[in-house]
Amino acid sequence: MIDVASEERESRSQLAPTTDPPANTAPFRGTPTLSAHAAAESHDGLLDRRSLHKTPGLYIRAWRRFRDNRVAMTALVVLSMIVVFVLSAGLISTHVTGFTPQENHLADKLKPPMTDGYILGSDGNGRDILTRLAYGGRISIMIAVLSALATFFVGGAIGLLSGYAGGKVDTVVMRLVDVLLSIPGLPLLILIASLYSPGPVGLALILAFVSWPGIARIVRGEVLSLRGREYVDAARTLGASSTRIVLRHILPNIMPLMVVYISLIIPGLILAETGLSFLGIGVQVPTPSWGNMLGDAQQFFRTNVSNVIIPGLMIYLTSLTMYLVGSGLRDAFDPRLSE
Amino acid sequence: MTAYIIRRLLQMIPLIFGVTFLTFALINLIPGSPVARIRDNPKIRPEAAIELERQLGLDKPWPERYVRWLGDLAQGDLGVSLYNRLPVADRIWAVIPNTLLLAVLALTLALLVAVPLGVYSAVRHGTLFDRSASVGAVAMYAMPDFWLALLLVILFSLKFREWGFPSLPVGGMVDPRGGGGFVDRVQHLILPVLALAMVQIGSWSAFFRSSMLETLSQEYVRTAKGKGLPSRTILYVHAFKNAFLPLITIVGLALPGLLGGAFFIETIFAWPGMGRLTFEAVGRRDYTMIMATTLMFSVLTMVSNLIADVLYAVLDPRIRLDKGV
Repeated sequence: MIDVASEERESRSQLAPTTDPPANTAPFRGTPTLSAHAAAESHDGLLDRRSLHKTPGLYIRAWRRFRDNRVAMTALVVLSMIVVFVLSAGLISTHVTGFTPQENHLADKLKPPMTDGYILGSDGNGRDILTRLAYGGRISIMIAVLSALATFFVGGAIGLLSGYAGGKVDTVVMRLVDVLLSIPGLPLLILIASLYSPGPVGLALILAFVSWPGIARIVRGEVLSLRGREYVDAARTLGASSTRIVLRHILPNIMPLMVVYISLIIPGLILAETGLSFLGIGVQVPTPSWGNMLGDAQQFFRTNVSNVIIPGLMIYLTSLTMYLVGSGLRDAFDPRLSE
Repeated sequence: MTAYIIRRLLQMIPLIFGVTFLTFALINLIPGSPVARIRDNPKIRPEAAIELERQLGLDKPWPERYVRWLGDLAQGDLGVSLYNRLPVADRIWAVIPNTLLLAVLALTLALLVAVPLGVYSAVRHGTLFDRSASVGAVAMYAMPDFWLALLLVILFSLKFREWGFPSLPVGGMVDPRGGGGFVDRVQHLILPVLALAMVQIGSWSAFFRSSMLETLSQEYVRTAKGKGLPSRTILYVHAFKNAFLPLITIVGLALPGLLGGAFFIETIFAWPGMGRLTFEAVGRRDYTMIMATTLMFSVLTMVSNLIADVLYAVLDPRIRLDKGV
């Protein structure tokens, strides 16, 4: 929808797929989505004929389209660099900065970048910004990913159940979804986070609690439309159990939708966590998070602009690249959506 | 139409039950009452704390208190604040206009920028302008609004003053030193409204662009072209109205987001609105105030969705609300 390179990609992707060596599909291997899909195919007994015709599967075709999307690939590379940066927080602490994230030197408060060994400066308590940036990013990204996974599984499972079971279960679940969706997300988040002052994992679960109704409603709608298809009737006639129909016949069909939905809400989750931490009710100090670093810097913004810019820029870059990767996935799974 | 609106308003009642019940349960399932802090205070006699708990009705089980709260609500009574014993409703009515002022101005500004931007991008589809607008839209969409607000303050208040340009105030609604005139109020509104609007402009202009592109590709537009109508007429008379319709739903859905975004904006700009009031109440464990603000946020969400639906039906004659939706 708002993709810059979509047209070029469209024209190039028509030429590309046939010439691509299959070895390049590696990044999607081992993800739960592909293995579930592959399992479903092999059970259908079509694997042999498939390999003869060499028709690439849905996920492989999606990956090829994604790979041809320059914007999305650039975003993926930048996002990977951010992830590598936060994962090497320990190494940065010992080998680059020589500071631990908690260690404060009160004499060295609010040092500007590149002074006295503080590469990105120090904060209001004399702690090294670069070290805290790496550790803080680890927490922020971990919470976003964890809450996205929880949303994916909980919202997906509830949507599947509600849509397939129908009847009273569906009515009850959908009324609950209506209630949760009519409280604006942020006030609800602030309320819960502030009352229960959770740790990082608790915070991820709270974010999931607020975001599952969205995906549950979408999955349910999709299940309702798939439930009436002929191939589902056929499977039922052949004696397949409800569990089998849901897991083998319906789930693989809504999986791309769920993957795209989740990848598009991750930026929102990052912004929600950092926002809560910014207000002082998310990740609690002294544990660093990009959000509470920004919140701390707020009181010194008259004198120390770099402390406001640096963590905010990291939050922004992460949410931006996650969004671009997400919309790249959307275009890759459903090329009709990109104009 | 009237029947439809009444039916929708009636449908809100169970939702309000659900929302308030959920909030009440969330508040009361955590261990410790607001009086617990007082009880831990060695300067206060334990009997006094228990007496206070009884006076506030906090010694009763929470479902019972919820029923009583609902009874009071039915009579239009939102209760008194646990923090200062003043009626909650007075505080809320005092701050709601401030929040709505920010939200409505931000919404208007966002529409005034996003719609022309979207139209122009759609007409100049594929040009450098369109591409830059798309990049800008994505860039704004992913922007953390609290960071954007801080950057705006740093640039337009601090740096502008430093560089000797006319600068804008850092926060508040009026200048504490003898402010309060119209110009002063407007100056205090500029940055918070800008911060709230900028994030919306990105997604709305992108949305309007694709909606416009879709409309322009439809057959009746081709027919109009075939009749030899000037492209200006086709664009503004034929395409614009139809492309505008879906945007109403998006804007209606965004209003709760604008109110929610007010949390950060009001905190950063020291703006006395609903967001800051809720945030304060949560910090003080002021349960009656929390219940009241959550209720207000939810009602505003439901009402804005209703307004969007009704507006849609008014503008689109193809939709008949009375015959069941």
